[in-house]
Amino acid sequence: MRIGKQKVALISWLLILAALLAGVFLTGSLGGGETESVQVAMKDAVLHDVNRISLFGIKDVNPGPISAFTVTAVLLILAALLRIFVIPHFQIIPGKLQLLLEQLVGMFDGMAKRNSPWRNEALGAYLFAAASYIFVGTCFELFGFQAVTTEGNSIALPAPLSDINGAIALGCLSYLFIMSGGIAGNGIRGIGRTLKEFSLPISMSFRLFGALLSGLLVTELVYYYINLSFVLPVVVGVLFTLLHALIQSYVLTMLTALYYGEVSEPGEKKPKKTKKNRSAQAAA
Amino acid sequence: MSLPLNIDWQQILLHLFNFAILAGGLYFLLYHPVKSFMEQREAHYREMEQSAQDRLEQAERLKAEREEQLRQVDQEMEQHRAQAAQAAEQEAQQTIAQAQKKAEQLMEKAKANTEREHERMLQTARQEVTDLAMTATEKLLLQSESDPYDQFLDLVEGKESHEDA
Repeated sequence: MRIGKQKVALISWLLILAALLAGVFLTGSLGGGETESVQVAMKDAVLHDVNRISLFGIKDVNPGPISAFTVTAVLLILAALLRIFVIPHFQIIPGKLQLLLEQLVGMFDGMAKRNSPWRNEALGAYLFAAASYIFVGTCFELFGFQAVTTEGNSIALPAPLSDINGAIALGCLSYLFIMSGGIAGNGIRGIGRTLKEFSLPISMSFRLFGALLSGLLVTELVYYYINLSFVLPVVVGVLFTLLHALIQSYVLTMLTALYYGEVSEPGEKKPKKTKKNRSAQAAA
Repeated sequence: MSLPLNIDWQQILLHLFNFAILAGGLYFLLYHPVKSFMEQREAHYREMEQSAQDRLEQAERLKAEREEQLRQVDQEMEQHRAQAAQAAEQEAQQTIAQAQKKAEQLMEKAKANTEREHERMLQTARQEVTDLAMTATEKLLLQSESDPYDQFLDLVEGKESHEDA
């Protein structure tokens, strides 16, 4: 009985392999249907200067903002559904979904409290939003939602942060948020402390952009050649995307929390030098 | 002015606008309600712990009070027992003294009665002897016509001779 099942499994596996191999050879003559060279595709993936999408007929934009609005809509709809149907039924002893939500919120709240024990209410909320945006936005490219360009071509929407404008926006916003923590905690001195890290917005922006762009380029490359579109995307598409979605969410939130805690830390007040003190010091 | 890498300020602002909407929406819809619930639950558990701690302290205090009361009751009982023993001792002493006194009274009374009885018996015996003597004398007088004095003398002599013999 058991040997029979093993035989069936083995035959099925061999048939799948044979079908895939046949697919590879049969589709080789089709040429993959490429309408542009790999150089153009790579350049467009980086610069988004060829395939642009009309934003409600107002302006032609990169696919990144469209992806960003889609991700935001998905996240907000999901949050609204959770707010209406799940959160009012929260129990003292949590169920699985409640536990997941509490774990997520508790993780970013804890990260904010650990790194910035002084002012952390807004920081926790910012970290939660940023991490959700980066993670879901990065995983978004896996679904391959289609959009029509201004030239009439169909393209799969990329991750919002693979657009340099999106990465710069999040990097600079994080920097400004850190600066706001410095101002709230230390006033003018907080601005000075934040400005000391002047390279932070650039490093955060380009770290995000580079990490997500590399994933996008690998995926573009793999999908450009149809012969590579079997089995390989499971590894480079799904696993790599999930991995760098997690890593980039963690890196940006951790950096933001660290610098926020550093600049918002209350400084030690130096004792004011009075005439009495000066004369006492002079006498000594 | 075109910036390198297709950087576009307008699109950066669009991304910022988008993220501001997302951050605000997530805060009001998800982060804040979940965090509030967690804080409420934490407060609930803290309150429960505080309540349990208060009850424990109250129980400890009550236990200490009861133990103190028990100790006092034991002391009082010991005092009462000692007092009762002392009172019983005194009462026993009194009873014994009274009994001794009564016994002495009884003894004296009995002694007095005995003496009185003795006296009475002596008197009775004397009376009887006197009566016998009188009776005998009368009989003698009635039986003999001789002088009673002589008869008496004869009688006495005869008795003495009888005793000598």
